[in-house]
Amino acid sequence: MAAVDVIGLTAERAAAMLRAGECSSEELAGAYLERIEAFDPALHAYLHVDPEHTLAAARAQDQSGNVGLAGVPIAYKDLLSTKGVPTTAGSKILEGFIPLEDADVVARGNAAGLVSLGKTNLDEFAMGSSTEHSAYGPTRNPWDQTRVPGGSSGGSAAVVAAGLAPWSLGTDTGGSIRQPAAFCGLVGLMPTYGTVSRFGVVAFACSLEQVGPMTLTVRDCALLQQVIAGGSERDATCVGLREPIVLPEPGRLDGVRFGVPWAELEDGVDPGIRERFDSSLKLATELGAELVDVELPYARHGLAAYYVIAPAEASANLSRFDGVRYGLRVDGPDLRSMYEATRSAGFGPEVKRRIMIGTYALSAGYHDAYYVQAQRVRTLIRRDFDAAFLGVDAILLPTAPTTAFPMGARMDDPLAMYANDIFTLPVNLAGIPALSIPNGLVEGLPSGLQIIGNAHTENTLLRFGAAFEQAIGFDPVPPALRGGAA
Amino acid sequence: MSSPWQKDGYEAVIGLEIHVQLATNSKMFCSCANQFGDEPNTNVCMVCLAHPGAMPVANAEAIRQATRVGVALGCRIPETSEFSRKQYFYPDSPKAYQISQYDQPMCAEGLFRVPGEGGFDVRLTRAHLEEDAAKMIHAGGEGGRISGSAGSIVDFNRVGTPLLEIVSEPDIRSPEDARRFLTLLRATVVAIGASDCDMEKGSLRADANVSIRPIGSTEYGTKTELKNMNSFRFLERGIEAELERQLEVVLGGGTIEQETLHFDPVAGTLSSLRSKEQAHDYRYFPEPDLLPVHQTEAGLVELGSDLPELPAVRFDRLVAAGLTEPTALALAVDADLAGYLDAVATATGDVKTSANWTMGEFSAHLNGAGLSADQSPVTPERLAALIALVVDGTINQTAAKEVFGVLVEDPQATAASVVADRNLAQVGGDDALGEIIDAVLAAHPEEVEAFKGGREQVIGFLVGQCMKQSGGRADAKALQGLLRARLNV
Amino acid sequence: MSAERIELGPDEVRHVATLARIGLDDAEVERLVGELETILGHVATISALPIADVPPTAHSLDVAGALREDVAKPGVTREQALTNAPDPSVDGFRVPPIGS
Repeated sequence: MAAVDVIGLTAERAAAMLRAGECSSEELAGAYLERIEAFDPALHAYLHVDPEHTLAAARAQDQSGNVGLAGVPIAYKDLLSTKGVPTTAGSKILEGFIPLEDADVVARGNAAGLVSLGKTNLDEFAMGSSTEHSAYGPTRNPWDQTRVPGGSSGGSAAVVAAGLAPWSLGTDTGGSIRQPAAFCGLVGLMPTYGTVSRFGVVAFACSLEQVGPMTLTVRDCALLQQVIAGGSERDATCVGLREPIVLPEPGRLDGVRFGVPWAELEDGVDPGIRERFDSSLKLATELGAELVDVELPYARHGLAAYYVIAPAEASANLSRFDGVRYGLRVDGPDLRSMYEATRSAGFGPEVKRRIMIGTYALSAGYHDAYYVQAQRVRTLIRRDFDAAFLGVDAILLPTAPTTAFPMGARMDDPLAMYANDIFTLPVNLAGIPALSIPNGLVEGLPSGLQIIGNAHTENTLLRFGAAFEQAIGFDPVPPALRGGAA
Repeated sequence: MSSPWQKDGYEAVIGLEIHVQLATNSKMFCSCANQFGDEPNTNVCMVCLAHPGAMPVANAEAIRQATRVGVALGCRIPETSEFSRKQYFYPDSPKAYQISQYDQPMCAEGLFRVPGEGGFDVRLTRAHLEEDAAKMIHAGGEGGRISGSAGSIVDFNRVGTPLLEIVSEPDIRSPEDARRFLTLLRATVVAIGASDCDMEKGSLRADANVSIRPIGSTEYGTKTELKNMNSFRFLERGIEAELERQLEVVLGGGTIEQETLHFDPVAGTLSSLRSKEQAHDYRYFPEPDLLPVHQTEAGLVELGSDLPELPAVRFDRLVAAGLTEPTALALAVDADLAGYLDAVATATGDVKTSANWTMGEFSAHLNGAGLSADQSPVTPERLAALIALVVDGTINQTAAKEVFGVLVEDPQATAASVVADRNLAQVGGDDALGEIIDAVLAAHPEEVEAFKGGREQVIGFLVGQCMKQSGGRADAKALQGLLRARLNV
Repeated sequence: MSAERIELGPDEVRHVATLARIGLDDAEVERLVGELETILGHVATISALPIADVPPTAHSLDVAGALREDVAKPGVTREQALTNAPDPSVDGFRVPPIGS
């Protein structure tokens, strides 16, 4: 059968081809599987691929008739539980673990007829910004294989950028969708907290994280958000959408007021990133938007607050990995030594660091100075955003202060690694949505523009995103893949 | 009734921590059945097993029941309460944290009244909702004790059972009062249907915080925590033993160390338990997977008006109706029997006689047959009809007991039909009794002489003989009167 | 990036590791002392902010939690429950002796 050309293929287009009978789901999945076999060994973006399983699922969709998005393939971050399919969270401690249930987002994907191509690599338990903290080895950036794809959803970003999946799901606790989307030239959405179910998502920091789409276009992003968003009886914090997600059309931005927190951009931003950001601001005004100076005085404390709250929650969430009911066990003569040996062998250095920070911050004598104080900062960050949104429709920031950095560059400096998330993590602390879209190249590497909105303004963000997307005219296919060369 | 425990210048200071398993259909944070006695690990799910990605969703009925208990115990119900994570590593805790409540419990400070003579008030610190732990089956250990070297098997059936932990202030001053307090509190929880509070099955568990201090002191001494007192008797005995131990230590010039003690009911001794977490640093923080619970004023009012009569109130009512305190207390803590009594008393209009029958013959019949009041063939209406025949003098006590026996055996019988069939109506007229008395006096001249010579107790013998002559049907009171009149002439 | 000076001793790191049940060798303890001092040094910059009167935020959602109707549903079978167990017995999960 004739191979389908999937490089640069959007999910929207793939669904149209399936509906028109231009190809079958099996052919489509087959084309991706061939590319995975050929190119994933170098990228190492997938942790688990089961071609038989994928093709069987695709055939089943072909048989039931491809309506809507049915038959379109997808890749899932390996933090999302998949029933009967190994789910590792990128950790040795979950090697061989087989979930008993699908995560709600996976179940929603299945219900929409999406066909899973496999599970993608990530920083262990989503703790990291480069995917180098995966216990199963790092993923490489398809734009430059000497560089990281970002993280923690680096695998989910790399597979879409490399044409190994039309789209994917990631999770975002402090920037883990948006930063890898920016590093790999993709669109990524951090949804409003509580609009997407977290049931079945291996928990890192429950009060901060959401599942979200990683796609080639803003419209694909909206389509996938339509699939995954909605209330769930299995997640008490998931209240669902206030209004349905609509497919955005590109257009002008007349009358739109964008807030720009200039003070936050004064230092720590690479000149190339700053240049791209300034040029997108110019585009905004050309499209009719107005730029307004906003102040987010507590955002600069976001990094400190985040690195108390996220590790504190993580330290409790990861306590269940104790060698009793599932996962790795390293035996010892008594219970205590079994616990310590299992957790010492099962967790990597970054996870141990964060568990240690979180345990310390919650322990007697430090709880108020660290944990409660961080929660107060969280209140103030939320208030900053609330005040800003009184006067603007959205806030613009670079997604990350740098482009993809070389592999290994930040592995010995945890704080420098954390600092890559300074523009993304205040959003998680506030529980509001943010869309990252490609904002052109800096020395051949993608950069991201982050559009931050008030809670439940996804439709507004997607509309703004579509306008920028058209005006910027970014080609999401890395040069090496263009012209069918790869 | 009780007096404070005071010895050698020291007094007892006791507080209780009571765990009540709530009688819901499903568990606290998942949909598994809330039931006892399944085969190990057959009543579990992802949440019970703390699989990665499992999330808790709170049971609305457990929250409602917990709130009702709080209202019944006189607690303040805060507008907002919050779940927190209490962290400790132990195989009975699959997440290595228990979802509990910390600084915003479901029920805040309350005041619980133990009524009656020697009654007292106990301030309640709080009552909070949490999830029960799994069960450890210790290979080689006895009775669930942490011992042996063979390891353990974990059974997660019980994990996640809704638990209400009720904490009292140290306002109790004797082991007996501790028992009395717990008895009435248990009855209150049972009365509102929130739990069966069966200590044997573990649906009611009590720990005691025990200390002693010089009489008159307002400071608290160092307390120890007593665990595993799985009956009311053991609770009383355990506290008693610990008070004696502490007194001996203090009188010997020693100091009490804060520790957790395990009471061995067989040996009557206390032994120190190793703590789960050496440092007891539980690292509480708000449970991010659950949002706060809000109570509305209207909801609380509706809930309060929906409560049945509570034991302390019932006690007061029954005492006011003329019952003795022990009888009133026995009925106050037994909603089943008290409801039965109320139905009987309504029909007869005589609470005291109704209570005597309910607590006497009827109770004995229930115990003998292993029935609850509503299962008995002797309905309140049937017993009331029987009591009416006693009160109006148609039959005497002896005959009434016989009638009761028939009512138990034959559901078709009525008190009146049994009296008629068996000819049990009292022989009460002066003429009829006079004949019997004449015959008896004639047959026992020596006893008559003895009585007249001052041996008062002989009258009992003569009454008995007359009763025998009447076939047990004589009106005993009338008989006595007539007999005395005849002998004193 | 600004930082406060935080000093942690190896004993404190070991104590925290014990609370978290993570076994550490001496080299790891030594490395973590330095790393945690750096990270906590940055984190501690918020300790001095004069914000004691600000209420803490634990949840970004300002609504009450969804509750579940009290209806029992079947869970998983024992076989399923034990599928992933590293040391299953016939009917449960085996753990080493509690020890001292």
